[in-house]
Amino acid sequence: MRLTLGPVLFNWPAARWRDFYFRIADEAAVDTVVVGEVVCSKRTPFLAEATPLVIDRLRRAGKEVVLASLALVTLERERRGVAALSSSAGLMVEANDVSGLAALAGRPHAVGPLIQVYNEDTAGYLARRGARRISLAAELPASAIARIVAAVPETTVEVLAFGRAPLAISVRCYHARAEGLSKDNCRFVCERDPDGMTVETLDREPFVAVNGLQTLSHACVDLAGEADWLAAIGVGALRLSPQTCDMVMVADQFRRVLDGAAAPDEALAALRAAFPQAPHANGFLYGRPGMSWVARDDAAPAPPAHSAAS
Amino acid sequence: MELICPAGTMGAFRAAVDAGADAVYCGFRDATNARNFPGLNFSRAELGEAVAHARTRGARTFVAINTFPTAGDAATWRSAVDDAVELGADALILADIGLLDYAARTHPGVRRHLSVQAAASNVDSIRYFVESFGVKRVVLPRVLTVAEVAAITAAAACETEVFAFGGLCVMAEGRCQLSSYVTGQSPNMNGVCSPASHVTYRDEGETVVSRLGDLTVDRFAPGVPAGYPTLCKGRFRTDRSEGYLFEEPVSLDAYELLPELKRAGVSALKIEGRQRGRAYVEQVVRRFRAAIDALGHAGRAPPGDLAAMSEGQAMTTGAYRKTWR
Repeated sequence: MRLTLGPVLFNWPAARWRDFYFRIADEAAVDTVVVGEVVCSKRTPFLAEATPLVIDRLRRAGKEVVLASLALVTLERERRGVAALSSSAGLMVEANDVSGLAALAGRPHAVGPLIQVYNEDTAGYLARRGARRISLAAELPASAIARIVAAVPETTVEVLAFGRAPLAISVRCYHARAEGLSKDNCRFVCERDPDGMTVETLDREPFVAVNGLQTLSHACVDLAGEADWLAAIGVGALRLSPQTCDMVMVADQFRRVLDGAAAPDEALAALRAAFPQAPHANGFLYGRPGMSWVARDDAAPAPPAHSAAS
Repeated sequence: MELICPAGTMGAFRAAVDAGADAVYCGFRDATNARNFPGLNFSRAELGEAVAHARTRGARTFVAINTFPTAGDAATWRSAVDDAVELGADALILADIGLLDYAARTHPGVRRHLSVQAAASNVDSIRYFVESFGVKRVVLPRVLTVAEVAAITAAAACETEVFAFGGLCVMAEGRCQLSSYVTGQSPNMNGVCSPASHVTYRDEGETVVSRLGDLTVDRFAPGVPAGYPTLCKGRFRTDRSEGYLFEEPVSLDAYELLPELKRAGVSALKIEGRQRGRAYVEQVVRRFRAAIDALGHAGRAPPGDLAAMSEGQAMTTGAYRKTWR
């Protein structure tokens, strides 16, 4: 089982973004790093200068680098951006919109979690057209993951194992809207919330985290307790999605669990301490509400992958 | 421009045809369609009856099989495709890549329309679906301005269809997991959003609290009718504001934009609302039929009063106007 660091989804200042990846290159126990602005094309220019430096540093450290494409493409300059990215020589590109698939079909590429892959037929079709990696949507239960993995043995199937789950994307900017601004005149207010803007119900129940055009879970997905099941059914990589917490330490915890060097409970405790701003959740994997936590002892009677295969 | 109208029951289907629909779209009574609500949708026998009724009036029947097949259960979705073809569907409305591939290989002669749930929001995505699966028409997501609709329609390798009236997703359709995050059931996997089975209304003194799963979606003061707790239409708090963070409880009404949409070159207008009753279908279809006919005579139909038919009784032109963003 390999570890992938997903792209930074939030609007981090360029220097912070660059330094984050430099440290990942130097210290993190991840095999693959996905780099690029996925959420909002207005942010893309800010990362232009640092991106080649980051890619170079990561590659020299032996990391596989994958470039991520934009999630929601409507503007001409966004189309041109996907086309330019897709022609990047020597690096794999992760399509996060079907326009990326259109540009990448026929050669090796990655399919990101914002493309709808829900079953083995779709995964198989994409694999036949060159998908070497498929990162699955957060809401997929273990039963579906197991079927998909079995259908595409040559393709690395990846599952989100840590971080806030991307739940929705829109052309409307909710960060701007919360401040009474419009998307075109947003003043980049999303920069104030490097883990997303907490959204609560009127009864003060935490609900989601807003990241500009994107809505993420308030809860932090955490599958350290299920990492061994996922490995057993053939999931090829776990995706760790960057939050402001110590992602080097997060990667270490997952590596230790996978290597049998730490007990799942030990890792879960460490991960909760690392990102205490939100409850940790694993409900999606069990076919329950994604915001819920299912204690593995309660997951009767067998690991979900086994019940799926029966 | 064709007028494409919803039907969740035989009564609504007949009402749509009688009120002037060029085509009616509907789904089977299971998780294969994105309005998988109790008491709604069509058995195989009913679909056959519906197709026959439409044909006698010169209307067509489109069958929406637009959820994403459950892994391990492709057979349910494939048999929906096969049965729709067998029963005479004039077009299949599909979203899943694997199912589009199946339909293209198994029934190459039957028109395939790309569901809005496939989220094809640009010319390159549309080209992918046209070249890969022979899609003849794409239903455009409700994320585009009229100018963008026009540009896409001019460059797209197939016909375009746009929403003109009804419920409004504020998130890109087919790419939203808010419902499953709170309830475990989602549009993509189960054909439901914010399902009624998870809705409760709680009285707190004079205040009514609407809840979905374990979360409060809105609170209603005395005398204010309590709305349905659709997650993206609720009121929420952040550290800088409180209110309808995503969208007010409004519906889409593009009536005033019909001349612009016609100039944009769209092939068809779609009315949302397979979950709505026959009275809604009849009134909305009649109004848009008159408007489209009047456009053909360079005139304009008088605005009908449809506010009472809409969710929350307030209307928006949504993303068609750039200011919505």
